[in-house]
Amino acid sequence: MSVDRAIAAAEAPPIARRLTALLAHRAVWPLVALVIILVIDAFFAHGFFRVRVVEGRLFGSLVDVFYRGMPTALVALGMAVVIGTKGIDLSVGSIIAICAAVIAWRMHEGDPHFVILLLALGTGLLCGLWNGTLVAFLDIQPIIATLILMVSGRGIGLMINLIYGGTNPSFTSPLLQGLSTGHIGLIPTRLIIGAGLFALLWLLLRRTALGLFLESVGANARAADLAGISARLVKLSAYLISGLCAGSAGIIIGADTHTSDPVSIGLYIELDAILAVVIGGGSLAGGRIFLGMTVIGVLVIQTLTTSILMSGLPPEFNLIVKAIVVLIVLLLQSNNLRAALVRLFSGRKR
Amino acid sequence: MRERYYPLMATIAVFIALFLVGGAMYKHFLSTLVLGQMLADNAFIIIAAIGTTFVIISGGIDLSVGSMIGFVGVVMANLDAAGWHPLASAAMMLAFGILFGALQGLIIDFCEIQPFIITLAGLFLLRGSCFMVNLDSVPIRHPFVEAFAGANIPLPGGGFLASSAIVMFVVLAAAIVIGHYTRFGTNVYAIGGDRASAVLMGVPIRRTTVMLYAMGGFYSALGGVIYALYTASGYPLAGTGNELTAIAAVVLGGTLLTGGVGMVFGTLFGGLILGIIATIIDFDGSLNGAWIMIVGGLLLFIFILAQRTIMGSFMLRRST
Repeated sequence: MSVDRAIAAAEAPPIARRLTALLAHRAVWPLVALVIILVIDAFFAHGFFRVRVVEGRLFGSLVDVFYRGMPTALVALGMAVVIGTKGIDLSVGSIIAICAAVIAWRMHEGDPHFVILLLALGTGLLCGLWNGTLVAFLDIQPIIATLILMVSGRGIGLMINLIYGGTNPSFTSPLLQGLSTGHIGLIPTRLIIGAGLFALLWLLLRRTALGLFLESVGANARAADLAGISARLVKLSAYLISGLCAGSAGIIIGADTHTSDPVSIGLYIELDAILAVVIGGGSLAGGRIFLGMTVIGVLVIQTLTTSILMSGLPPEFNLIVKAIVVLIVLLLQSNNLRAALVRLFSGRKR
Repeated sequence: MRERYYPLMATIAVFIALFLVGGAMYKHFLSTLVLGQMLADNAFIIIAAIGTTFVIISGGIDLSVGSMIGFVGVVMANLDAAGWHPLASAAMMLAFGILFGALQGLIIDFCEIQPFIITLAGLFLLRGSCFMVNLDSVPIRHPFVEAFAGANIPLPGGGFLASSAIVMFVVLAAAIVIGHYTRFGTNVYAIGGDRASAVLMGVPIRRTTVMLYAMGGFYSALGGVIYALYTASGYPLAGTGNELTAIAAVVLGGTLLTGGVGMVFGTLFGGLILGIIATIIDFDGSLNGAWIMIVGGLLLFIFILAQRTIMGSFMLRRST
């Protein structure tokens, strides 16, 4: 009996220590937030977890979270890479607008749809090249360098619409719309594209040296340079990746809306993407890239949005609830605040 | 002339050049009427940008400016409907702006979260609050609004200085005094120039950060008050994207985003440059609104390049 008690006493600290270690783990707080939202949904949003097959495809709120969150997730993955290099890309919304405008323009010119697909991706790359050149070779601060394209990008989109008169910027394309709203088997195509892009990016970052280069440039660009890594080329590649991701998001959103509307397409997506990266534990100070956690960050944001719509609350609550949840997740991640809370509670117990 | 005035001189030169270009292109452009109208139109954004200037000089950023402008307007319009005097509701909203900004500053410093993210949450929070209050545009009908809009100082040449522009010049003067002649202003420059050195020198980081964002909140709330009085309404989407306009005005005004370098006075001309582009495009009439965005981005690009060249020539360049 006394031996058991002694063992229990000896074991208690490691458990407590492990618990503390777990609480300090970066994956915990976003996951806790996601679980809490889902639990609340289980009570308040009727049939949130019901997934059924309608017209040969999966259907339901959970599927909807992935479906609607996919463009943001694509953008956020590129954003995670850029933030990993201590940068930021504010222009992703504008890149989406430009890509959609290019698609509509080339559709009007009657190009083959597969070529248009490549053209849209190329446009994304070109925008990334512009951002990357400003940041890497002209040494302009990322937030300002990408602000330039953010400010002017939607104007460029409007000008592209004007090339063919701009009276009817709508289009239909079985290929592009298939990629965006179609489904293969039971699964929506865009989920497969998203998963494919995630896998590709993961392989690129974790199975080649590029990921290490990106993170080392983000942690300390000068040290990386001295170690023989070309910091400029690495930074450029980060913005290229972000441009490409935004381009693919542009294809999916553009094909979904069947039109080029540069003023409102992808509005505020850069903010959602940055929030997703930060909720996922990425620091704007750079040095770390968490692809998986970024996707969880997107899921937190999207689940929240879908839940608010499902719960019957007016959509006006969307922004305010989002802000509060984001604030709570951020505050919980802060070591200072957690320490203060622990001090407060332990002080009360004694 | 001292080198630190070069960017300011460049900004003023560009403004005068643009004004002359406008005068060469259109009759009646070179008049105090156009100048006064431009000052009145852009007073609210310049006021908001003054607060942003301090935040940026300290090396931070404030994204909640545009939402604050919208929120202040919506609340003032609703209080007007409830029978409040606009001055009373304005005073309350200014106090709210100070408190909200101070809270943002406290979280930024205490929780060590980047200003970008906290003020982004502030952007969502305030814009969401706008939608919670009401979704439509609400007029402000109090006779004071008309009296405010009518008050002005005549300028030689038929133009006049509107009341909103007068308020702008008063708070600009206050900001110049705060920035260059108080200990708080020096602390802001010190933190933006080199935070670690500022800590070692005993600059009170937390107090300065909280006061700094409180000041940002005050100036953006004042921008919102002026906007609400100027448009005589509160609209929940008002001020959308104005945080970026404010940042652009600050950058055009010669303030470096890396912090530590810049002047409030430059922000006046940064805001006016953005205003004059819009005025020229308005005057033309045939140019598409898309050009405002493109020319704005282009000017930003040219200015940053020019700044880098000037800065690089006297070793004020910072590693990013």
